[in-house]
Amino acid sequence: MWRRFRRDRSGVLSAYVVAFFFTVAIAAPLISKFYGKSPTTTYGLNEQGLLNEYGYPVAPNGGVSGRFWFGIEPTLGRDVLTQLVFGIRTSLLIAVAATVLCVLTGVVVGVTAGYLGGRTDYFLGRFIDLLLAFPSQLSFIAFTPVVYSLFVSPEKETPTYLRVLTLILVLWVLGWMGLARLLRGQVLSLREREFIEAAKVTGASPWRIITKELLPNLWTPILVQSTLMLPSFVTIEAGLSFIGVGILEPTPDWGRMFANGAQYYESDITYIFFPGLAMIIFVVAFNLLGDSVRDAFDPRTKR
Amino acid sequence: MSDKVSLPAPREAAPDGARGEPLLVAEGLTKHFPITGGFPVKRRIGAVQAVDGLDLTVRAGESFGLVGESGCGKSTTGRLLTRLLEPTAGRIVYRGRDITHAGRRELAPFRAEIQMIFQDPYASLNPRHTVGKIVSGPMEINGIDPPGGREARVRELLETVGLSPEHYNRFPHEFSGGQRQRIGVARALALEPKLIVADEPVSALDVSIQAQVVNLLRDVQRELGIAFVFIAHDLAVVRHFSQRVAVMYLGKIVEVGDRDDIYRRPRHPYTHALLSAVPEAADLMDTPAGGDGSARASRERIRLAGDVPSPIRPPSGCRFRTRCWKAREECATEEPPLLRAEGSGPGHLSACHFPEPPTVERTTEVILDPALRAAEGHTESQPPNHAQ
Ligand SMILES: Nc1ncnc2c1ncn2[C@@H]1O[C@H](COP(=O)(O)OP(=O)(O)O)[C@@H](O)[C@H]1O
Ligand code: SF4
Ligand SMILES: [Mg+2]
Repeated sequence: MWRRFRRDRSGVLSAYVVAFFFTVAIAAPLISKFYGKSPTTTYGLNEQGLLNEYGYPVAPNGGVSGRFWFGIEPTLGRDVLTQLVFGIRTSLLIAVAATVLCVLTGVVVGVTAGYLGGRTDYFLGRFIDLLLAFPSQLSFIAFTPVVYSLFVSPEKETPTYLRVLTLILVLWVLGWMGLARLLRGQVLSLREREFIEAAKVTGASPWRIITKELLPNLWTPILVQSTLMLPSFVTIEAGLSFIGVGILEPTPDWGRMFANGAQYYESDITYIFFPGLAMIIFVVAFNLLGDSVRDAFDPRTKR
Repeated sequence: MSDKVSLPAPREAAPDGARGEPLLVAEGLTKHFPITGGFPVKRRIGAVQAVDGLDLTVRAGESFGLVGESGCGKSTTGRLLTRLLEPTAGRIVYRGRDITHAGRRELAPFRAEIQMIFQDPYASLNPRHTVGKIVSGPMEINGIDPPGGREARVRELLETVGLSPEHYNRFPHEFSGGQRQRIGVARALALEPKLIVADEPVSALDVSIQAQVVNLLRDVQRELGIAFVFIAHDLAVVRHFSQRVAVMYLGKIVEVGDRDDIYRRPRHPYTHALLSAVPEAADLMDTPAGGDGSARASRERIRLAGDVPSPIRPPSGCRFRTRCWKAREECATEEPPLLRAEGSGPGHLSACHFPEPPTVERTTEVILDPALRAAEGHTESQPPNHAQ
């Protein structure tokens, strides 16, 4: 399996890219330290000569220079590179947490429904249908503020950690059904296979059958689905922050950088360029990785 | 493999139970699969009577053949005997213990003793497990630690079934159908069972491979003294394997007896039909060059065609009557019991009101399918319903 994967060039390359993003996210404080900037310092306001009287960077290309590698932000004059690095950190934290929760829930619900069948399957199936009936984009927008208000009264400021938790919660609750349904179908067909009966004949417990006989056959869909899920959560989270129900200032956020960038793109294209490019690379690399993982796991595809 | 029928031809001397203790006894074994339907509330609207009142006894160390057309309930019977399915009615007694409705924990002590070999060599091995894991799995589940370790035992088993011990770390997809079936045999042997239910173990294999696997099973059966329930859809495979044979039709046993009873002195019309469907060339083993060559020549006379009726609404009375050329009024109203017919030896039971004479010689041609009859020019009596 591993050998097959390593022979897949685009798979290896995208794995490196994805690993690079995770490294950046984890090492954000270190990067900031060595680079000597902080994401919240308003360099443009603190120092004269960085921003002009309209609030745009004086230097060409959005203020890209030896000092500010990716330029500086219009109006506030913060450093784009550290903003992006910390923004990726916030977004990936939320997306990874939501993906892990969704995969766990999806596996438990899907395998339970498929393996037990009957009434359990029926009710779990209807519950999944119900959740799937919500138009997801709208639901994210509509529910996120509602959940905030459950935690904190509307007059007060919601602390950042609660916003992060809420986003994870909303992504989780509305995100696990696809995987659950997929796995249920797989288990339904797998459990009729004779190798399951062979295990039963030797006295295997249901737990052993699920963990030792079924799960090894489910790794491919689980991995493929989670490599699709994670980038989609990154973009959903970005979208929520973009429209203002996600992470708020001053916490750096990948998605919100778009929102800000979109305000200025006519006069300062550089400001939206780096976050946008980074996200496109990330999503494409992750999807390619998903494809390669599936190919590597499936013994029938030849490489 | 010289399989000259060394047993004395008349077997009257062997009363029931002489060959060994009854190991597994099924009485009135029944399995109905409910059919649900209806909207919005699902309810039971019928049942597939897959197995309907089966009596059979498997004795220690013997090989018992179970033969019948596809769909007659053989696999269901096999799964009932191994308790993969819950019987609807009837009793299963294993070594004196009633295991009819035993749960997983109650079955645990017997699980190791009753094993199964499956029909589909592709579906019966977990594609994600190595051969070593597949064969050692049963030992792991039952906490068996053979002297020398499980891995050594697995390698030994692989040799027993004619594979190389080096195959230990390979995956099933690297093997051919016949080799996969050998892996399945090794897995069944891992627990040193007393009984193996083999559900059409060779019918998914190439004809050229079938004989090898049957030979392996026969060696295993003889050398290790394991009792076999060998399920097959025709009488050819079972012929050289089983000392006793039961013929099934639509969920019931229609005839059961010693091998010679079934092959030389069959009484039930269905057995006659099945026998004449066995082509000479399809005999897997070297045929004993006996005096029955002429009998065989005059035997290809019954063309059993047409479809088996649905097990959801089986025919009344005798279930074979819709395809039987001897059917009369009585066959529709009264179900023939499984009895020793007049002129049959002991232990040779058949379920027919009008049993055939105990011979495989046949002078008149019997064609059971109206369409076939028409096609072959027997136009004298066109049945009205020939265009189904
Ligand atoms: N799980 C099941 N649910 C409903 N019907 C079944 C099931 N298993 C088998 N049957 C039906 O029971 C009958 C006997 O099947 P089976 O035992 O597989 O026959 P065989 O092995 O002799 O070909 C068939 O009509 C089949 O459709
Ligand atoms: S009982 Fe009647 S229908 Fe059934 S096999 Fe005998 S003769 Fe044929
Ligand atoms: Mg079958």
